[in-house]
Amino acid sequence: MRISTMLAGSLATVLIATIPAQAETLRLMTWGSYAPENIIKLFEEKYPGIEVAVTFSNNEEMIAKLRATGGAGYDLAQPSHDRIYAAQLEYDIYKPMDLSKINTAAMEPSLLAGVKANTTMDGKVYAVPHQWGTSGLMVDKTKAPDLKGWGDLCDPKYKGKTSMRLKRTILLGTAFAMGEDPFAAYADLSKYQEILDKVAVKLIACKDNLKAYWKGGDDLSAMMLSGEIVASETWDSTAYRIFGQNQNVVFVPPSTGALAWIDTFALPRKGKADDAAYKWINFVLQPEIVTMMSASSGAIVAVKGGKDLLPADKKAAVNAAFTDADIANLKFFANIPPGVEDMEGKTLEKIKAATSN
Amino acid sequence: MQKDIKRLSLILLFMPFALWIVVLIALPHVGMVILSLQEKIAPRVYQYSLHNYIEFVNEPIYWNTLLRTGSISLLVTVLALLIGFPVAYYIAKIAGFRTRNGLFLLCLIPLWVSDLIRAFGWILLLRETGIVSGLLQWTGILGSPMEFLYNDAAVIVGLVYTVILFMIVPLVSTIDGMDNSMIEAGYNLGGNGFTVLRKIIIPYAMPGIVAGCIVVFMLTAGSYLTPILLGGKNSSWFTEQIYDQFITRYNWESGAAFGFLLLAFTSLVVWLGLKLSGQSLSSTVAKS
Repeated sequence: MRISTMLAGSLATVLIATIPAQAETLRLMTWGSYAPENIIKLFEEKYPGIEVAVTFSNNEEMIAKLRATGGAGYDLAQPSHDRIYAAQLEYDIYKPMDLSKINTAAMEPSLLAGVKANTTMDGKVYAVPHQWGTSGLMVDKTKAPDLKGWGDLCDPKYKGKTSMRLKRTILLGTAFAMGEDPFAAYADLSKYQEILDKVAVKLIACKDNLKAYWKGGDDLSAMMLSGEIVASETWDSTAYRIFGQNQNVVFVPPSTGALAWIDTFALPRKGKADDAAYKWINFVLQPEIVTMMSASSGAIVAVKGGKDLLPADKKAAVNAAFTDADIANLKFFANIPPGVEDMEGKTLEKIKAATSN
Repeated sequence: MQKDIKRLSLILLFMPFALWIVVLIALPHVGMVILSLQEKIAPRVYQYSLHNYIEFVNEPIYWNTLLRTGSISLLVTVLALLIGFPVAYYIAKIAGFRTRNGLFLLCLIPLWVSDLIRAFGWILLLRETGIVSGLLQWTGILGSPMEFLYNDAAVIVGLVYTVILFMIVPLVSTIDGMDNSMIEAGYNLGGNGFTVLRKIIIPYAMPGIVAGCIVVFMLTAGSYLTPILLGGKNSSWFTEQIYDQFITRYNWESGAAFGFLLLAFTSLVVWLGLKLSGQSLSSTVAKS
């Protein structure tokens, strides 16, 4: 008797637990610092019915995960603006957004227009901007004062004292440094292959000059802060974080223009909590949340006046890095057409496998 | 009735194993085979072909990386055996009963820490501003900081450290089963330390040696974190190649083909090893 009541009792709790209660879950797949605890807490206080479950990821893994499930398992994803079009074309993993549910009036018009232009297919918009930032150079200005362009990382003056990440950013940066325009060449892939071949020769020759290829923000920070390297290709947010600990390390937009990315909001095709997703998007566009977001991510939120909403220390770092001319010179990553990833991947393999000496 | 119960319990006991093999090993591999035989001809359009395998043969970078991974893995296996054998022998034959358990536990402790943390441990030790370099400068052996990280030696050291336990455990259990009187008899019949080792101990421990080598080789060739984190500019590793195909290049088809090539290659090496040492799987792995 006792046992059967206990059983019935536990069965009841199991049932209650499995029946979806009022609480809705927003499964958010985003970058490491784009969903800090304090913002999630404020969001859940405002919308008690919604619970936020966060998975940290990066562009490639986001697409791989959504591709594996055909766009299921997550309700909101944050790939970069250049990673929407081809992924949607090839794998059909996103669904169009209802812009009327988003407070687009708060967004910086140029960034919104740019993302829309990049992610519109058959008249439907698949993404809106959230945060933007750049890739460029990080330099210890006391030790390498005249390092200004992508190509200077290969300057023998700094032999064994520079680093880069062996990914597509450095391919594009080096192409710009060699006077090419890789984004224009996306339209003609055989031309792009020529550029890539030239870049490969240059970067293979450069290999001997590098200390190591960095693989994540942590090992880059460790090499820079310990003084083992004096300059590196970097994300601006990593540079800003290091600036907070060592004011000699500044972000330098390369003379050919820093490469700019916009991380977006996109709805996975089989997401189940669209309303909660729209609520999250509008929530993080509010001015006071924007400042908290930038404090965590080091990136600039794509709202009007986003730069002014940066926390004080990040604002100092950005102002130390960018002049208005640098901002005007930004090169926004162009949509990656199908096939380019493969070409770039092969070039990267070739560089990695080559011995420079 | 009795017979039925017996059969039922047999089936039930066998079930977890069968499910594990079929659902988690066989089915995914069938899916991978199908995937690896596909070629993308246009967005969302695929056709069956051997393209991915032909691509591997035609591109020296790929098979060079595979050969490199294989040869470094063999070197790691040999080093793990050379270092692990004396340790195992000491634990099984020389140490007292109590110290033995303690020593065995000590060998296990590194396994309680995740791979990632262990790799970071090596990074802290070996980097240019790290502990080893600092210590050598402090003692005056080195005049200026020296980089020990980001080269193949660092990868090999890290890998040996990660896998050596899987060499020691099977070795201890086989050597443990050997009767001490066999060694005494060897000495009584006039053998010196070397002949006793060569003619008695090693042949007896052979099942453990082979089992340990197979496990260590497979683990090393399939490892990902250690070679990535400790390796330098030229250290490509085949699993990295597979990851890149799957994740950065969205090329699941060739990633799947590479996965199979790695499996075939390691199986071939193990088969060759067994043939050369005159052992078989049933006389070694099954026994230890």
